[in-house]
Amino acid sequence: MSETPKPLIEVTGLTKTYHMGEVEVRALRGVDLKVRKGEFIAICGPSGSGKSTLFYVLGGLASATTGSVLIDGHDLSNMSDGERTQIRRDLVGFVFQRYNLLPTLSAMDNISMAQFIAGKPQHTEGWFKRSLEMLGVGHRLGHKPRSLSGGEQQRIAIARAIVNQPALLLADEPTGNLDTENSEVVLKLLRDLNERLGQTILMITHNPEAAAFAHRIIHMRDGRIV
Amino acid sequence: MINKLVIANLKHRWIRTILSSLAVGVQVTMILTIVGLSYGMLDDIGQRSRGVGADILIRPPGSSIIGLSSANIPEKLLDFVRKLPHVAIATGTTVHPIGGPNSVTGIELESFSAMSGGFRYIEGGPFRQPDEVVIDQFWARQNKLKVGDYASFMDRKWRVCGIVEPGKLARMFLPIKLLQDLSANTGKLTMIYVKVDEHENLQTVIDGFKKELPGYQIYSLEEFVSLISVDNVPGVKPFIYVVIGISIFVGFLVVFNSMYTAVLERTREIGILKALGATPQMVLSVLLREAVVLALVGSVAGILLTYVARWAIMHYVPGSLTQTIVPNWWPIATGVSLMGALLGALYPGWKAARQDAIEALSYE
Repeated sequence: MSETPKPLIEVTGLTKTYHMGEVEVRALRGVDLKVRKGEFIAICGPSGSGKSTLFYVLGGLASATTGSVLIDGHDLSNMSDGERTQIRRDLVGFVFQRYNLLPTLSAMDNISMAQFIAGKPQHTEGWFKRSLEMLGVGHRLGHKPRSLSGGEQQRIAIARAIVNQPALLLADEPTGNLDTENSEVVLKLLRDLNERLGQTILMITHNPEAAAFAHRIIHMRDGRIV
Repeated sequence: MINKLVIANLKHRWIRTILSSLAVGVQVTMILTIVGLSYGMLDDIGQRSRGVGADILIRPPGSSIIGLSSANIPEKLLDFVRKLPHVAIATGTTVHPIGGPNSVTGIELESFSAMSGGFRYIEGGPFRQPDEVVIDQFWARQNKLKVGDYASFMDRKWRVCGIVEPGKLARMFLPIKLLQDLSANTGKLTMIYVKVDEHENLQTVIDGFKKELPGYQIYSLEEFVSLISVDNVPGVKPFIYVVIGISIFVGFLVVFNSMYTAVLERTREIGILKALGATPQMVLSVLLREAVVLALVGSVAGILLTYVARWAIMHYVPGSLTQTIVPNWWPIATGVSLMGALLGALYPGWKAARQDAIEALSYE
């Protein structure tokens, strides 16, 4: 009898409450979620549904109020800021809606910065070269973000996110700032990364067409998965 | 990679980088110019004292090393000194301040020339009329004077009769009797310069003077010149320390302002670094390194500006001020600018390091 592999992400009873002055905002109200390695999951929901908060907690950018969050066996819920910084460095790659490239560095240096922060050698061959070819940005690496199109910037951001071969790629509205054509390119790239390199991806989106690229779609509303 | 980011950031906002570096440079120039002026002017006094050609100086009781205005030596003392054994030549001077660091010196031309070897006239010749003044080349350049022009001081107009090479005692010379009368110091001297017959008799003559002239300050010329230093002139060192203190404060303000603005501008970038897993120490390190680069670039600029300051002084006020280049103070001035810059970068750096990644990423 084969043993079921442990999920890459295992979230149990996750709550997150913000305090804005005297107002208490319950952004997550008991989220349970399991994601297997190699899955491509889309999390959909309207504004205020808690999907961005879930993104931040899973990425170690915010702490949980209650509940447990296990990523690749590491429990984020009891971690200090420093420990969560280490999780971001070692296990998670981020792709943001606004690309978030460092404007003063070239595309290549943006990617190298992620390698440097992770303390990994700045290799340009093998897997790295293949992924760049897949992303189709190999010829644009010397350019600064301001001379790249939105689609190119997002592809560089994806390259930066996967350069350290993270266990989890988190994408927050990756096509939110792109036109239809570039959106499709980026979504296909994410699917290729998932299918060809086995990259686990969790994508936040409110766009059903984008969500359709994922294996599984999870809907959120009022801080819960519905 | 951090250094690459630091340089890229500084290049990205190059106008601010240049202005901040220049502001840091100005404080370095301020330190080096003040120190250079202190050393230069004292060194110049020493050099000009050497130019008299004397072996011994006699100063009035209670006078300070660089005090110029006290004319308390009775003139008859000069006759007494001239008669002492081994005294070859003795000449007296009277110094009268004419505003700022400037003064006019009364000399008895014959004995002064005998001792110093005489003036080398670039233009004109010695004074013959009671309204004539001899000036040196620096004073002439500073005041754009030629022979035949008139200079005004002591509420009178003086015709420039001669322009001499600098390096002999003073910048402006009048006949001693005339200056004594005009400055209400008739029969009084500020200093007596003595040349001995043989150098081996120097100490014997000094010992004799000390015995015969109790209370008077007797120096060999070398001793006198060695005493004209920053360490021996009251107030110079505290003044330099005050300038250093002001420089640290100015450097702190400049870099604080620059870095604080940089942190505000780069809030989003700080968020990106944090999302990538950068530690607070790394974020702080980026800001501190930027401050160090600003301070180092500023220090180099400041050192170069010191040469500009010296040129300006030599061009416009060579008769009043003398500035030397003080390379041994370059590391100190650089250290001061580094200290100010690091202090100025600490709070903005700390603020950046503590920035919440989510808030930073959503910063518009």
